[in-house]
Amino acid sequence: MEAKVLRSQLLELIRRTSANLPPDVVRSIDKGWRREKKGSTAKYALGVVRDNIALARDKSLPLCQDTGTIICYAELPRTLSPKVFRREFEKAVVEATRIGYLRQNSVDSITGRNSGNNLGPGSPVVHIEDTEARNVTVRLMLKGGGCENVGAQYSLPNTALGAGRDLEGVRRCILDAIQQAQGKGCGPGILGVCVGGDRGTGYVASKEEFLRLLDDENPDPRLAALEKRIVKEANSLGIGPMGFGGATTLLGCKITHRNRLPASFFVSVSYMCWAFRRDGFVLSPKTGRVTRWLYKD
Amino acid sequence: MLLEAPFTEEKIRRLKVGDIVEISGLLFTGRDAVHKYLHDGGKPPVDLKNSIIYHCGPVVVKEKGRWVVKAAGPTTSIREEPYQGDLMRRFKIRGVIGKGGMGPKTLAACREVGGCYFHAVGGAAQVLAERVVDVPNVHLMEEFGSPEAVWEFVVVRFPVVVTMDSHGGSLHKVVEDASQTRLSGLL
Repeated sequence: MEAKVLRSQLLELIRRTSANLPPDVVRSIDKGWRREKKGSTAKYALGVVRDNIALARDKSLPLCQDTGTIICYAELPRTLSPKVFRREFEKAVVEATRIGYLRQNSVDSITGRNSGNNLGPGSPVVHIEDTEARNVTVRLMLKGGGCENVGAQYSLPNTALGAGRDLEGVRRCILDAIQQAQGKGCGPGILGVCVGGDRGTGYVASKEEFLRLLDDENPDPRLAALEKRIVKEANSLGIGPMGFGGATTLLGCKITHRNRLPASFFVSVSYMCWAFRRDGFVLSPKTGRVTRWLYKD
Repeated sequence: MLLEAPFTEEKIRRLKVGDIVEISGLLFTGRDAVHKYLHDGGKPPVDLKNSIIYHCGPVVVKEKGRWVVKAAGPTTSIREEPYQGDLMRRFKIRGVIGKGGMGPKTLAACREVGGCYFHAVGGAAQVLAERVVDVPNVHLMEEFGSPEAVWEFVVVRFPVVVTMDSHGGSLHKVVEDASQTRLSGLL
């Protein structure tokens, strides 16, 4: 596979991720829309959301103007060097920004200057794993700033919440994060949660939970039960789409865990907005063709 | 209901929390950098009297010499809470469009000045971009970059919900208080 073939496939991945919401997310939003009362501002908001999803797909334009933090997860065969992959991915990002699939979204934190092409220290985010596989697997997520800002990290025990170092304490933290977020993260939202780890790895792992399908089942039965309970309880709070009030506050909750130090117990909660943009493909490095899209029905 | 320019105090005072409104006229985008700049005494690049400010960092590209809006949803408004109320008073800004709502300082200014907070549907960048029919000008582009610049947007039937009105009403406060009570029951 020539480098420019890889680049054009990555550009297509960026376009699709920015313009098309994955089917599992669309189904979940439709379900929420059906549930809300006729004539309510909640139903009105979800109606606009549904129109927007269709319009972005048909016009092949960014679903949301905040095309977010660009987070790429790549599993590479030994035949493709991480250096080459990163270079081609960055070139694809620059091209996608020029065309308008991505907004100029990378700002120097000291000078305030926008780089104009989405490149800069730490931008885009690329996680690379080398594998024994023959194919290239790439997953891409675009996570907007509004929802990133309402993420929260708790250190247990937490007296104010009455949260101890157990799953009940974890539940209290997650519900508090939802209450604090209200409509500010562009709900209905999806939560990625990591129990444990250090402050850095906890947040990284919480984001990786967004790579799961919305309707999958956590293999750990305790976490599966907690995920379901959180969704049910969150939706009983009445925050609703955009915080307008209503029955659809949370579309999903995905929880994982990492080992921790005896001294630490972090609960890291990442919030994803309804514009939950993620996609991925498997690519044959021989032919340069996509053999499978990962989030298609 | 419809709200058409000029955005006079009288028209704004008629609006109430929960109203679903479609706005037509000229809007100015403004977000973090511009609010800080104006608050620090910077000169406004446009006449802000009776204006509506849109918290938005759009994707705009130049096609055949014309600006074309590719995506234009609202950004989170609460970041402007330290500045918004003062700017509304100083320049007689009548309306703010954004998402997530704002706090007590802005609510007080809405009451005093005769202003409203309009909530657009966050993330609905395409539905909203379709209602921007013209982009006559852009200001402070060089200083702040495209998402933070002041864009002039001519909009037609731009869909929003009034969530804070000029009579002290705030849907955000009502929803937050109610959800807090329900949450207490779960803990």
